[in-house]
Amino acid sequence: MDLTWYLVLSALLFATGAAGVLIRRSPLVILLCLELMLNAGNLALLAFARANGDQDGQIFALVVMVVAACEVVVGLGLIVAMYRRRLPLNVDDMRSLRG
Amino acid sequence: MSATTYGWLVLAFPLAGSLVCGLGFRRLPGRSAGWIATAAIFAAFVSAVGALFMLLDHPAEERELTSSLWDYASAAGLDIQLGILVDPLSVYMCLIVSGVSSLIHLYSVTYMASDEGLRRYFSYLNFFVFSMLLLVLAGNFALLIVGWAFVGFASYALISFWYRRETATRAGMKAFVINVIGDIGLVFAAFVIFREVGSFDYLEVFEAAPETFSVNDGTAIAICVGLMVGAFAKSAQLPLHTWLADAMEGPTPVSALIHAATMVTAGVYLIARTHSLFEVAPTAADIAAFTGLLTLVFAASVALVVTDIKRIIAYSTISQIGYMIVGVSIGAYAAGLFHLMTHAFFKALLFMAAGSIIGAMAGVQNIDRMSGFRRALPFTGALLAVGALALAGAPPFSGWLSKDEILVFAAERGGFYWIFAIGGYIAAAMTAFYAFRITFRVLYGEPCPEARELEQGHLAHSEPANPLTGEPEDTEVGFPGPGHYVAEREVPMKVAMGVLGLLATVAGAVQIPGVTDVIDSFLEPAFEDSPLAHIHPSTSSAYIGLAVGAAMAVVGIGLAYYLYVVAPGTTDRIRARARAAYAFLSHKWYFDELYDAVVYRPLIAVGSFANSVVERVVVDGLVSATVGAVRGVGVLVRDAQSGFVRAYALLLIAGFAALGLYFLIVAS
Amino acid sequence: MRGVEEVAFFAGAIGALGGAIAVIALRNPFYSVLALVVHLVSLAGLFLILHAEFLAAAQVVVYAGAIVVLYVFVAAYVGGIEEPLWEPIPGQRFIGPLLAAALFVELSIAVLGTALAGLDTEGPTIPLDFGSPAAIGELFLERFLIAFEAASILLLIAAVGAVVLAGKRAAPGGAGGGPAGDPHEAAGDRGETQSQLGRVAPDGAPTGAPPEAA
Repeated sequence: MDLTWYLVLSALLFATGAAGVLIRRSPLVILLCLELMLNAGNLALLAFARANGDQDGQIFALVVMVVAACEVVVGLGLIVAMYRRRLPLNVDDMRSLRG
Repeated sequence: MSATTYGWLVLAFPLAGSLVCGLGFRRLPGRSAGWIATAAIFAAFVSAVGALFMLLDHPAEERELTSSLWDYASAAGLDIQLGILVDPLSVYMCLIVSGVSSLIHLYSVTYMASDEGLRRYFSYLNFFVFSMLLLVLAGNFALLIVGWAFVGFASYALISFWYRRETATRAGMKAFVINVIGDIGLVFAAFVIFREVGSFDYLEVFEAAPETFSVNDGTAIAICVGLMVGAFAKSAQLPLHTWLADAMEGPTPVSALIHAATMVTAGVYLIARTHSLFEVAPTAADIAAFTGLLTLVFAASVALVVTDIKRIIAYSTISQIGYMIVGVSIGAYAAGLFHLMTHAFFKALLFMAAGSIIGAMAGVQNIDRMSGFRRALPFTGALLAVGALALAGAPPFSGWLSKDEILVFAAERGGFYWIFAIGGYIAAAMTAFYAFRITFRVLYGEPCPEARELEQGHLAHSEPANPLTGEPEDTEVGFPGPGHYVAEREVPMKVAMGVLGLLATVAGAVQIPGVTDVIDSFLEPAFEDSPLAHIHPSTSSAYIGLAVGAAMAVVGIGLAYYLYVVAPGTTDRIRARARAAYAFLSHKWYFDELYDAVVYRPLIAVGSFANSVVERVVVDGLVSATVGAVRGVGVLVRDAQSGFVRAYALLLIAGFAALGLYFLIVAS
Repeated sequence: MRGVEEVAFFAGAIGALGGAIAVIALRNPFYSVLALVVHLVSLAGLFLILHAEFLAAAQVVVYAGAIVVLYVFVAAYVGGIEEPLWEPIPGQRFIGPLLAAALFVELSIAVLGTALAGLDTEGPTIPLDFGSPAAIGELFLERFLIAFEAASILLLIAAVGAVVLAGKRAAPGGAGGGPAGDPHEAAGDRGETQSQLGRVAPDGAPTGAPPEAA
């Protein structure tokens, strides 16, 4: 099997996720796009694992999955907290940290 | 104890006195500071006498004793010792300085008695005497410069002693600045000497001088010019004389000490000490002599018209120092130094008498307002007359013998040196005139109100005012003190003035031509290497000179008598007729205005240019521009902190893409 | 065999790509979540092809199962959001995708242009239990034990954090967060940060913190 295809696919998915983060304004959808990027990374890892015959890549990908899960949990908690406080769910309106 | 030990004691006593008065200023009660200081100087005088006796124990050829306390600097070819040279010249100067200083200290004890700054005054005064003695006793150029600078500082401190008076502080600064100009000349000369000869030590330098320099060598002339600048600044000769008249802002005893007897004689001492160098560069010596001549004529002319009594005496000092400078420049070392001694006596006496009169006048110094003190101040009047006679060169007073000795020597050298003799005699007539201008003005005529009050037995008092400008001042600070003192009432003043009066009368006896030559023979070992010192005018020419001098004195006194006693008011008519000449003289030949235009204004212009352009625009501008640039960049960059998360993400990904691009390009 | 593999790969790839594009393009966030599911399942298929069976299963169970369900819950709770058309950052709509495309191009060049040894090869022969749960478990507990433990702790922290974030708060913090939280008030920015820190009322007077005021 051809490693190249997987890597190119992974790059494409990553770029798609990045584009999504940049153009969407709902925090929920941004988190979804982050998932896309993480999964693209996982794909690349696994492709390399298969190509090298090394299972360490799979462990890595598994841990990435764990981290992604935690991040989603916290992120969604934030979204819920924002909603509870009647804040508009618009990333552009959250700009108190400006200089 | 050896002579050099006495020499160190001469230095130690005044320094100790200065420290005690200065540091103990809170705890010293009443006038004890004055007595301590006087005792210190008197102890210095006694030590100087001891040094003299110890020195005389040595045979004449071995009277150059050095002693070094400490290796001050020895590295890279430099070898500067903290060392003194005890030889006839320095002992002579020490005796004069410490002797006259102790009498002036005695006088000051009462004169400054009511002054709040009494302790500060005596501390400064002692420090001044210490520095003057250091200057005189120094055994090398480095220590000379130290003493020189200290004397300049002490003079500044004492001139602006009553520092609440703006005129006083300005005068002090003026004196200090001009002194510094002199210091530059002196230091420059010292450097060149070190470069040529390789040492700062007097004995080494003076021995090496004839071998190192050819006659009228450019370097030798440069050195001598540097020394001259130093001497002229310190001795208030043309063109660096403008500070002395203003220095009369200081208390009268300060004027007596510094500006009559000691500091202004430092220049004369310097030229006498470095005579070996001046003899190697006769051109420089001639320049010095001519400057001295010019000064003595100039100052005598100004003293004819100035109205402040202290300033008349100040210009008289400038003039008499001119005589001394002429003397030591043309080779009449012993004569010049003899005149230094007699001048110290009668000038200090004149200042003391003036102080007493000013006390009687409750602080007024204008002689146009003084008259008729004959009956009110008998003692002061008599001593004023004694001083004036000595100054005028009337026989048999000391001034007559000393001044004419210089002029006779000038005539003896012949050639163009006759001009010094002629100029000196003309100025002698002028000197006699203005000396008795003071005397007749103050003592004769209708008694002024203050004199009348004093005749009735009480001292006049008036609102305290600045004697120069007349504007009133407050005495809340305590100085000048509210008390006024006259010699008739104060014993210390009487004693000091009496001693000086006696000395002014009889001191001439040590150098009667053909009879005694105490000073000449005493100083001979110090000047034996000088060919000029061996010129001795014959006794007959000496007596001819003395006769001419006496005649000049009589002329001057007679003219003054006529103008002030016989026909008072004539001077006003002369003044009205010769307005331009009068203005020229009373503005002191417009020297101050000249310096203002040529030196002061250009410097101020340069300074304000530097401030407005260089400082404000260039330096400040540079700094402000940097600040502005940084701030501008900050403003620009601040816009990137928009707070928009997506903008940050954009920047992130853009940066990542750029980085990737860079690596791709590099790798390919 | 190779043919099957290729077909399977393309199928999975199209599914993944389609799902991804749908995620970023669909307006309604609920639909985006559903598109994500498609994407994840397709990826699971790709993982299978890559002999990562355990991971494929984990992907389906954890990702598509748990995480997506979380998303669905929150999307339902929060509701659909209409995104306004106005864009505060000018040009972001165009620069964003442009940069992403640039990124893709660069990555492709990097991948295709490198002389990676693994490219264009079959890959080494792999043991039978490559990617099996047993093998993964063995690795986790032997070589990567610390990573395992750390991941567990991370999960714990995340769980606690989620509870804290989304749970009910005491009244003062909530009240302080409320009025000060108006992000349109530019002048109130300073008041916002301060209210989070020292419980200072928006007008600056300290409340309930006398020791700090001294």
